[in-house]
Parts: sequence; structure tokens; C-alpha cells
Amino acid sequence: MVTAAAAELALGLAERALAFAEERGPDQAEVLYLGEDSALTRFANSEIHQNVAESNATVNMRMVFGTRVGVASTNRLDDEGLRRIAEAAEALSRLQAENPDFRSLPESVPIEPAAGAFAASTAASTPELRATGARALIGVAEALGVRAFGSFSTSVDTIAVATSLGIRAHQASTRAHVTTVAMGDDGEAGWAEAVAVDVDLVDPEAVGREAAQRAVRSRGATSLEPGDYPVVLEPYAVSDIVETIAYLGFSALAVQEGRSFYERGKRIGAPLVSIWDDGHDPEGLPLAFDFEGVAKQRVELVRAGEAVDIVYDSLTAGREGKRSTGHALPAPNPWGPFAINLAMAPGESGDDDLVHGMERGLLVTRFHYTNTVHPKRAIVTGMTRDGTFLVEKGEIVGPVRNLRFTQSYLDALAGVEAISRERKLLRGSFTSLLVPAVRIGAFTFTGATEF
Amino acid sequence: MRDLTDRALDTATARGASYVEARVVRREERAVVVKTGTVAALATAESEGIGLRALVDGAWGFAATRALAPVEVELAAGEAVRIARASATAIRRPVALDARAPAHGRYATEVRDDPFVVPLERTVASLLEADERMRGLQGVAFTEALFAAQRDTKTFAASDGSYVEQTITHVGGSIEANAVEGDEVQRRSYPDNGGGYRAAGYEWFEELALLDQAERVASEAVDLLHAPQCPPGRRTVVLDPSQLYLQIHESCGHPSELDRVFGTEAAYAGTSFLTTDKLGSFRYGSELVDIVADATVPGGLGSFGWDDEGVAAQSVPLVKEGIFVGYQSSRETAPRVGRKSSGGMRADGWNRIPLIRMTNINLLPRPGMTLEHIIADTDDGLYLHTNRSWSIDDRRLNFQFATEAAWEIKGGRLGQLYRNPTYTGITYEFWRSCDAVGDASSYRLLGTPNCGKGEPGQAAHVGHGCSGARFRDVQVGVGKW
Repeated sequence: MVTAAAAELALGLAERALAFAEERGPDQAEVLYLGEDSALTRFANSEIHQNVAESNATVNMRMVFGTRVGVASTNRLDDEGLRRIAEAAEALSRLQAENPDFRSLPESVPIEPAAGAFAASTAASTPELRATGARALIGVAEALGVRAFGSFSTSVDTIAVATSLGIRAHQASTRAHVTTVAMGDDGEAGWAEAVAVDVDLVDPEAVGREAAQRAVRSRGATSLEPGDYPVVLEPYAVSDIVETIAYLGFSALAVQEGRSFYERGKRIGAPLVSIWDDGHDPEGLPLAFDFEGVAKQRVELVRAGEAVDIVYDSLTAGREGKRSTGHALPAPNPWGPFAINLAMAPGESGDDDLVHGMERGLLVTRFHYTNTVHPKRAIVTGMTRDGTFLVEKGEIVGPVRNLRFTQSYLDALAGVEAISRERKLLRGSFTSLLVPAVRIGAFTFTGATEF
Repeated sequence: MRDLTDRALDTATARGASYVEARVVRREERAVVVKTGTVAALATAESEGIGLRALVDGAWGFAATRALAPVEVELAAGEAVRIARASATAIRRPVALDARAPAHGRYATEVRDDPFVVPLERTVASLLEADERMRGLQGVAFTEALFAAQRDTKTFAASDGSYVEQTITHVGGSIEANAVEGDEVQRRSYPDNGGGYRAAGYEWFEELALLDQAERVASEAVDLLHAPQCPPGRRTVVLDPSQLYLQIHESCGHPSELDRVFGTEAAYAGTSFLTTDKLGSFRYGSELVDIVADATVPGGLGSFGWDDEGVAAQSVPLVKEGIFVGYQSSRETAPRVGRKSSGGMRADGWNRIPLIRMTNINLLPRPGMTLEHIIADTDDGLYLHTNRSWSIDDRRLNFQFATEAAWEIKGGRLGQLYRNPTYTGITYEFWRSCDAVGDASSYRLLGTPNCGKGEPGQAAHVGHGCSGARFRDVQVGVGKW
């Protein structure tokens, strides 16, 4: 079993690797240790069909001579492996011309540990525990006449950073994640998901019940003409909007390259909309520092509908004479900083109030395969999936077949009319998100499919 | 290596596995990224380990470790068996594999110039020069030039006596120019969005001749900034291979994966409209449409000697004269439709299980018309070039793509440039509307290095050959602009 103490061992290894780097006489050096002990039990058609476990650890070494930077990584953590990447990182850095964009690796600043990031119960999870969870989830789906598809994963992630500028940071984090689609013979489908630091707080049976009930409600879907409709978006769908908006607009690199819609003070959402990034939120998946070892700051992205701040890593901050906000990815990173601990402010509506307040519109559970059509206008296309319902006079009147939308997410945020009190913790493509359900005045559906 | 794999196989078998596979993989990578005049990434990476897949009581278990010491490998083998036993508590259909002779042999990508030996200074200088040329054009806001190389050295051993060693080398390179004005941002890239990759050595990167394309790419990005918005309507479209390859990927490649059909990807990527009742009779496209899954193509990103179940590389028809005739399959799924594995099981490194992945999904060329002839033969339409975005529903029916550029075709000639072109449709309606496919002279082997599938996520390098094609009555210009 991996324990919280693994992070201290990881830091020791990072320091050992740093010594190999410093032997080569760089002006600055950084070692990032990333360890992963994870397992995932996957089920489909109400049976387990894939079941995997992995143990891995990688050392990523960044070496700086002048302003020339080289990066090498390996998962061979013996002396020979570490010595080899030190040689490689040095050789790579010496290949280059001076980089005028590079100022310095980050200075050491105090890091407040992230409370609640690790649960021993999750780290001690076994294949038998995951199989038991899968069986419980499958059982409740079968009882409602549908089949279960999904996964139950548990993981321990260990991160440590040691640099020649004195940064010493380490953290062990755990995560338990259950996702499921319940499906019936006629193609009806319903989604549910739960994620937590502590596996004991994830209830696979409850996840299965939510998905199965949604699938049962989806039976007999009829087609609906594409067009503009008011929508209530469940948190699963809202998570895509929040993650995409943060990715497209609130990275300093996107702003510096001119491809972001961001301008400080610009109104990009309704007054109800506030979005921030906070690595210390105990309701999220806490992370105290970024992959450069910089303490994560809480950054307000949108406050009452207005764009506020953006996130920086050391490179993009250096260009503007600022300090990193603690949002770097592992080096080398040509993609810029990202907000990866996102949250959207709750509102005052009960979940049912959102639907009751809609004269005629759609309740959308989830989006599928979204992709950016135009980055600066945040125009995104994607499909609805796993539970799309027509609402009339404030009541759900029946399921509809899935629709394609082509919609500016900025316009969607501007059209937010109501937000739920309850929020849900979810996993995005590369983020954690704490998001509510929302009602939006108009959402543009541009196509339909056959189910 | 054989000592290690023998120990793994023996341990799992002794613990009760009826069948077990061991894969030892060492992956090396090189990457250079130049962004707007500076080297933004110059990096090497290596990763090695062993993955063990064990079958116990009709259920699978998989465990992987980076530690290659014998004692660690034995622990992983024991863990794979334990996991399989846990799986066996929730199965309905015990796994049954198709029969095949034990696999033996070696395979290596044909490489002229080893990309891990060529001095990186040469690559850096080449990318900086191409980048500088793009930035030389007024109006270009930011640029990117990329080189990437990946080599997997892998050993596959199985308890049926199979033992295969392979070395797969992939090389890619690309350039991209972006122009920005107001709320408009336009991109042009070469050879295609995401990097032009091949199974080859450094010679492929040189053959790309990025510098020669830099000025055109930059110029077209700036031109797009001031081009009119692509008007909506139902149009004839001619897809350049730089877009057609992804149309094939999304609307034929994924739906013909048999694991999707059986629902094992349902909770993540989705299922497929190509259900088994359609096999051999469903009209997928017009009679001009022949699509194969071919792992034997020299240079293809999906080419190899054996897949990661030890099944020999082969070419399998998926669509023949427009009729859906075959699946991409595995040893576990193929028997369920009365067939043998198509040899499509591939794993993303040592720490992932093999899944049914595309090899090289190719639209075969048709004698008669070059791509230029197809354009000349089109009275009124749009010529769509280089993918910009993609999306398709979870059964692979309703798709929508955007391309970087569209040129109007009038009277067989290319004319007005349009920005932000999009098109949408239903897969089988779209392919049935195909009335021209380019000949072998227009054929290009493309591919993508980031095809996502599975949980935990896996990225596959997959190939696509095509020569451009024409489609009638297609909805273009989607959404509000």
C-alpha cells in the first residue's frame, strides 16, 4: 500500500536526482518526480471486462545554462538512469541559443500543505473492493431493467519538486472515481458519475441508481427539430463549459498570443456567473503547488460576470514581470499554464426550480465529444448524450433524441438565468471541477441524430 | 529478456492463469518545439516496464510495473492473477480466444537515418529557419514548428509459446502560422493539423521540407483573416486528403471497431451504428467506396509485424464497393461474429492493455481522376483543406468538421477563399453521396498520433491513406457567425 509518507520518499529521490543535475554545473536545475499507483475496474454489459493496475514513477529534469533550457525524463530511477538524464538535459540545453523569454526558474516561496488531499482508505483499495462496488452498481441497474457500463478507479498520485533555488515541495493525493452509463435494449441511456478523495465517500450503488433511473426516463425518445431552445444543463454538461472557457481564455499564454477572448473587466457572463481556480478548496481535489513547485494561488477568473484574472506559470509571468500564480504544467511546456482546480459559484435555486422555471426547453444531462470551432469566440460544437429531455410548462414531458449544438460558450455564460445551490465534484479532461446546474435562456442546436 | 518474460509467464501460470501474455516495452522520445522564434521545448524521454495480462476463470487481469527486477515482475504477475480472480466474480460470458499458431519472429520499421542519432542541432536549426520565414510575413501573430520522434522496442511473450520482438519508429514534423485581428484568429498548418507523422526515420522529416512551405502557410493564414465567412448552404464539397483522412478516422475507423459494437467502450467513447446485423449487407457508402484496415503498409503509423496479442499484420476489408463487410477485431471479439482476429489489438506502452485500435484505415484510390481532375470536373462547390476541429456522436452517425480553409470551386476552377468553413452530416448519407474518389497519383499516407480511447486513457498512432474525394449535397456553414 502506498502511504502519505511516499511523498517524503519521493522528495528524497528528487533531491538525489537534483544532486546529479548540479554535478554538471548548471546555473539552475529542477527535478520533478511524478509517481502513480492506480487501478481501474471496467465493466460493460453488466460484467467486468477489463481490470488493470499500474505502478510507475517518472523523474523529469530541467537544466538551465544561461537562458538555455533542456529537459529530459526517465522512469529508470537508479543512479545510472538519473545520471543519464542529467547528461541528456545538459546536452539539450547546450544545443540552443539564449532564450530571451526565459527569466529564471521560480524562487522558493512558502507552501501551505493542501488539507484533505489524501485518504488512506483510497490508497488501500483492492481489486476485491472495486469488484464489490461494480457488482453493487450493476445490481441496481439490472433491477431497473437496464445494463451497466462504466469504471471504478482508485489512485495515489505522488508529486515532489526539488530545485537549485531551494524549492522543496511534496504531496501525495488520492482519488476514487466511478462513472457509468446505464443502457437499455431500445437505446435508452443515462449517465452518472462520482469522484472523491476518499473512496469511502463514493457510493457506486447510488451512482448506478442515478444512471439507471435516468436511462429508464429516456425510453421512447422522440425527435426534436434543431433550433434555439432554453436549456437546463446538469453539472456534467456545465463542467465542459467551465473547463473549455478556462482553457481557451484564462491561460496567460493564450492571452499573450492574442488567441484569447480575455480582457480584464470585460463582461463575459451573466452577473450570476463567478468562476475561480483554487487548489486548496477542500471540496475539490486539493493540490498545494504546481509542477514547478510554486504554491497555488486562488485565482478569480470571472467575478459576477466580469473577467478578472488569468493564470500564469513562471515563463508567462516573467514576460510580464509578474510572479507565477502556481499553474505550470510539467516542463517542457509549450502549451502554457492551465487552471486545473476549477469551481463555479453556486446559486440559490433548487434543482427542480431550474426546470420549473422553463416554459419550453431542454434538460441536458451531458455533452459528448465537444471541440472548439473558433477559439476566440469560444464557439464549440458537440452532442448531447445519456439523457436529454423536453420540458414544457416547467415539467419534463419526455425524452428526446440527441442533438448537436454549435454554440459560443461565452454567449451561453451570458445567458445564464439561474444556478443551482448544489454543486457536484467532477473530473474533466485534465481538471477537477466543482460545478452547479444552470439554466440558460437560449442554446443553439444545429443538428440531430437518430437515437 | 526471455528470462524475465519466462519468469512472468511461469509465475502467472503457477498461480492459476490459463493463459498469460507479457509485454516488455521501452519507449524513447525526442521532441523539439519552436514557438514564435524561441525553442519552447527541447526534450528527451524514456520509459520502460512490463505489462502482464492474465486469464483466470474466463476473466482478465492486468498489472504493470516499471521495475524490471525479477522479484518485482513476479509480484506483478501475482497481482494480474489476483485482479483476474476479482474480475471473475462479475462476468457473464467467459473470455474465449480464437485459435492461432504461436507467433515467432522479429520486425522493425524501415529506417534510413536513425532519428535518435541525427544531431538535434540540425533539427533545431531547421525548425528555427522555418519559423523565422513564417514570421517574416506581416500579420502573422504567433507560430509553431515541431519535430517529434518515438521508438518502441518491445518484446511480446505468451504462455502458448509466442515470442516476438519488434522495433517501431515514428517521426513527425509540422509548421503552423496564426494570424490574429480583433476577435478573429486564423491558422494554417502543414502538412496537417497535429503534425505529419510516418513510420520512418529522420529522412521523413527532411522529406517534409517544412521550410519550402513556410511562406505559403504564413501567407494563407493572413489571407484567411480577411477572407469572407464561409456561407451556409447545401453544397458539393471536395475534401483534400488533409481533411478526408480524419473523416475516415471518425466515421469509418471508430465505428468498425468491434469492441465498440459490443459495448465495451460505451461509457467512454461510445458504441457504433455498425451493429452485427449490418455486416455484409449494409450500404455504408457509394460503390466507389473501398476502405481497408491494412497493417502492412510501409510507412503507416499503424504498421507492424504482429499486434499486441501476437496476431500477424494483415489487410482486412471494411467497406467493399460501398457495402460494410468487415470489422477491426481481436482474438476475443472476432469469434463472436464467426471470424478470426483482424490483428488490431494495440497497447499504448507497457502500462496499458491492448485494445482494438485502428491500424492504417485507408480509402483505396480509384483509377480515372486525379484530385485536380475532380476539382476541374466540379461546376459549383467548395474545396475543403486541412482539418481544424472534429466532433461526432457516440454511435458515429452525426458528425461535424471544420477545416482551416475553403476555396470556392466555380466552373472547375478554384476561386474565392473562405474562412471558418464547417460541414456536417450523417455518416452513411455522406459516404453514399460520394461520387468521385481520386486516383493513386493523388494518394497520400497521413495519420494522427493522438487517437484517444480506453480507460485509463490511451493515445494511439494510427494511419490513413486517401487521395481526396467529392461528396454531393452536404450541409456547410453550421452555426451562428
